[in-house]
Amino acid sequence: MRLDLILRVATKLILPYMLLFALYVQFHGDYGAGGGFQAGVIAGAAIILYALVFGLAAARRIVPAALVETMMPLGVFIYAAVGVAGWLTGGDYLEYNHLARDPVHGQEWGVFLVELGVFVTVSATMVAIFYAFAGRGRAR
Amino acid sequence: MLAVTTVAIVRVRNLFAVAVLTGIYSFLMATVLLVLDAPDVALTEAAVGAGIGTVLIVGALYLTKTDEARPVHGILLPLVVAGGTAAALLFGVSETPPFGDPANPVHAQGPDYVARSVPETGIPNVVSSVLASYRGFDTLGETVVIFTAGIAVLMLLKRSPPKRGGKG
Amino acid sequence: MREILDLAGGFLAHYNQYITIFLMVSGLYIVIARGNMVKKLVGLSVFQTSVYLLYISAGKIIGGTAPIVDQRFTLYSHPLPHVLILTAIVVGVATLALGLALVVRINAAYGSIEEDEIFARDKDAK
Repeated sequence: MRLDLILRVATKLILPYMLLFALYVQFHGDYGAGGGFQAGVIAGAAIILYALVFGLAAARRIVPAALVETMMPLGVFIYAAVGVAGWLTGGDYLEYNHLARDPVHGQEWGVFLVELGVFVTVSATMVAIFYAFAGRGRAR
Repeated sequence: MLAVTTVAIVRVRNLFAVAVLTGIYSFLMATVLLVLDAPDVALTEAAVGAGIGTVLIVGALYLTKTDEARPVHGILLPLVVAGGTAAALLFGVSETPPFGDPANPVHAQGPDYVARSVPETGIPNVVSSVLASYRGFDTLGETVVIFTAGIAVLMLLKRSPPKRGGKG
Repeated sequence: MREILDLAGGFLAHYNQYITIFLMVSGLYIVIARGNMVKKLVGLSVFQTSVYLLYISAGKIIGGTAPIVDQRFTLYSHPLPHVLILTAIVVGVATLALGLALVVRINAAYGSIEEDEIFARDKDAK
């Protein structure tokens, strides 16, 4: 029995719940505690946990570095695009009131999209920073 | 307990222990923040400080040394500076209003956001609506800051993959 | 006797701020007194965390609840400090990550993360 068997089994059990919890925190951020940042950090931590227990190579297979490096600016782009959509629909930058049929729905859509952008950027950045730190040590 | 943990962080020289102590400190801070009615902030502090922070510090220690050398300079001057700062801060704090009083001047505008949040944005979590809607531009800046930090770390630490095969 | 009770009441009313000051000053002490760079960064993060405590305890109302609107509650703590500190926490971890990356590169270049050794090596190299 390998010494890290407990860690591997425990990680396999807990990882789906961590990702599910991250998604829950993201989408229920409007009604309870939570939001984009918390969800992004939890999702990033889930990938980092996987990388810590199963090795960097295994983690790179499921979340390649190229994907992570694309996701980082993608979140900022989504956020800025929502702002530009505020311009295009006839208001100020980042004004959500005109995004849907009435202001309250517009606000809800705007907040949803904006939090999504934040989630993508934060989770990608956490994983990318971890890859950068961990990938450097292997060559020693 | 926060104070005890901080004193331990100051004194302990094994840096792995400092990393764990930082995680403990962050967890205690998250608990205190929760007691102070800030669940969003407590969640973020716990996830970021105890989770990501500890991983980052341990990762950096893995790539450098793990013990702190004995301090070379005397500790008198830093103690004096720290003590002077503490005295100045104590003087500054003495005039502030007492803790938790609803009549504090700081609460003049708070109920405004709380009252406006559901009718205008339909979002019960006032922190989320302020973060994403009323102060959305600041959150854009924050996202850009995280993105910039990610890029900078990648620039500093990333090794290009070897040309052919190797450890890839 | 009255003076002692008044003093105790005053102390408790500002207890959070005294703890904040202690944490802030310890963080400052770590940054200026210790030569190890990783420990300096840890001290900086202790300093930042004490500031969070200061702001959040300023926004709290005794008898209020978290600022999530619900029919059962009428008194809410101030939401604006929460928003500011949320941003501050994430920016803090971003700077911590960047600082640690710099420390790793400094270590690769100088072979040490102690401030004095690095300065000595710089002086020798001149």
